[in-house]
Amino acid sequence: MNEQKQIEIEADRILRLFSNSGAKIVQPTILQQADTLLDLYGEDIRARAYVTSDPFNGEMMLRPDFTVPIVKAHMNDLSGNETARYAYCGKVFRRQEKNSDRASEYLQVGYEIFDRTDVIQSDADAFCRIKNALSDLPLKVATGDIGILMAAVSGLKTTDRRKKSLLRHIWRPQRFKTILEKFTDEVSLSTKRFDSFDEEKSFENQAKEIGLRSKSEIIERIESLRQDSKVSPISKTELGLINSLLNIGDKCPQALTELKNLLPDMPALQSAIEKFEKRLTALDHANVNLSSIDFEASYGRTSMEYYDGFVFGFYSDSYADLPPIATGGRYDALTKHIGKGREIPAVGGVVRPDLIVKSKGFETNG
Amino acid sequence: MVKLGVPSKGRLMEETFSWFDSRGVHLERTESKREYAGYVKGIQGIELLLLSASEIPTELNEGRIHFGVTGSDLVCEKVPNWGQNLEAIKYLGFGFADLVLSVPKFWIDVDTLDDLDSAAEAFREKHGFRLRIATKYHYLAREFLKSAGVADYQLVDSQGATEGTVKNETAEAIADITSTGETLKANHLKILDDGLIHSSEATLFKSKSAFFSEKQRAAASTFLTLILSD
Repeated sequence: MNEQKQIEIEADRILRLFSNSGAKIVQPTILQQADTLLDLYGEDIRARAYVTSDPFNGEMMLRPDFTVPIVKAHMNDLSGNETARYAYCGKVFRRQEKNSDRASEYLQVGYEIFDRTDVIQSDADAFCRIKNALSDLPLKVATGDIGILMAAVSGLKTTDRRKKSLLRHIWRPQRFKTILEKFTDEVSLSTKRFDSFDEEKSFENQAKEIGLRSKSEIIERIESLRQDSKVSPISKTELGLINSLLNIGDKCPQALTELKNLLPDMPALQSAIEKFEKRLTALDHANVNLSSIDFEASYGRTSMEYYDGFVFGFYSDSYADLPPIATGGRYDALTKHIGKGREIPAVGGVVRPDLIVKSKGFETNG
Repeated sequence: MVKLGVPSKGRLMEETFSWFDSRGVHLERTESKREYAGYVKGIQGIELLLLSASEIPTELNEGRIHFGVTGSDLVCEKVPNWGQNLEAIKYLGFGFADLVLSVPKFWIDVDTLDDLDSAAEAFREKHGFRLRIATKYHYLAREFLKSAGVADYQLVDSQGATEGTVKNETAEAIADITSTGETLKANHLKILDDGLIHSSEATLFKSKSAFFSEKQRAAASTFLTLILSD
């Protein structure tokens, strides 16, 4: 049987598995309006997706994922039930400039849950459905929880301005590290360059005021920086705590212990850790072997920036260079962003049937 | 014939001509200044093609020409994996220009990429859209901003007169080529302290994907020996 046929059979099998559990099958169009995606991800998505345009509809994109169109349809359907489960199967398109050996179009079969009754149960449910779809493959499973990291940042003893900056860059680990270090350093926080700033005089010697960003916006930013610089830097102790948190990477039960060990110094983690523990219990009840699953505090930070809670990925155990066979996570903030005032907790995941076939082929051929 | 692609107009063309001339390869446009055709004297088997500087990278990448002179900025922008199909044979020592990120000079609170990132955050909150950066170098600008971790911006396309976009309120900042900085200054813009995206120089490239027959190989080798003798 040729590979394409095998992939289609896998896709069909998984879609049926998902829809048999009561999920409604949806089929978003391949061509999507680019504006929502561009607003959400900015240039990152332009580098990852195929953007095209026509003179009448403006910029369009070849669907780079299903989650955004499904959230859009769900949030705009004002008369529909807010609780829903969806399943889908179709191609997504991703530009691969640097790793040109990676596929730029491939099938995804996915499952999404919109439900506010028991988010922990939904997390476990989404995870298990994806896991079951991969049934007999030898897998490595990695999980994370962006919510824990967000709680840690929100609990820092520092200004809201700094916390906001850090939260904004959670999905850019390198930048996050740089600004965290900047906020622990007196010299970097200093606004000495604005010491002689004067609302009237400082602009006199400068060139003309041009463009949309106005003088008052500049003054506002300088004032806010100066106010912020009066507050002492984030302590080295807190920097150390954040780093210890980020370095946690262990099997789930051990990771829970390590997280709990941080609790006395980081009380803000309390409710996020409780959630994590409850999720582990829910997974345990669903017969997931927790001691075979990794938890990495930093996991999911380099993916597209909509996951804001539980995140997971399934990797081939026999073929390490293969991209993740399945990924997923919670994206509550995305429904809020797209819902324009409405929101509903949501979680889901996708499977790549092509990688299942590849992984199986690798097993048989050695 | 071995095909040599050279920019079809302006200073880049003139300087390319004189660089080759001083090495015994005489390039010339045909009498009619309007016709984009030329010829080569002083060496056999080389054909001159006058092309738009921005198309030379793609022509080299596709192997439609064997050699080409163009700015390294255009090669990096148009053919991000250029090392696969192109080989930089010689940096020619002219056509220096920097691709830089500039903002209005009166933004006295913005001197670095770090400032730009934080200003972009406030801008987006206030205006409801991402801070716009006008450029025709989308790939280079995006990679640069990404590695610097700048968020809340968007690139808007500008194929010419990019320095004017801020005043026209179609962009808040620009990523464009400058050699002396005079045009930026005249348009009330300043370069960010760490805003150097790429230093460009006119460069002679060889196409690794072009087919060389026995004859062409011999001609190319004579050609290279002659021009690279110094």
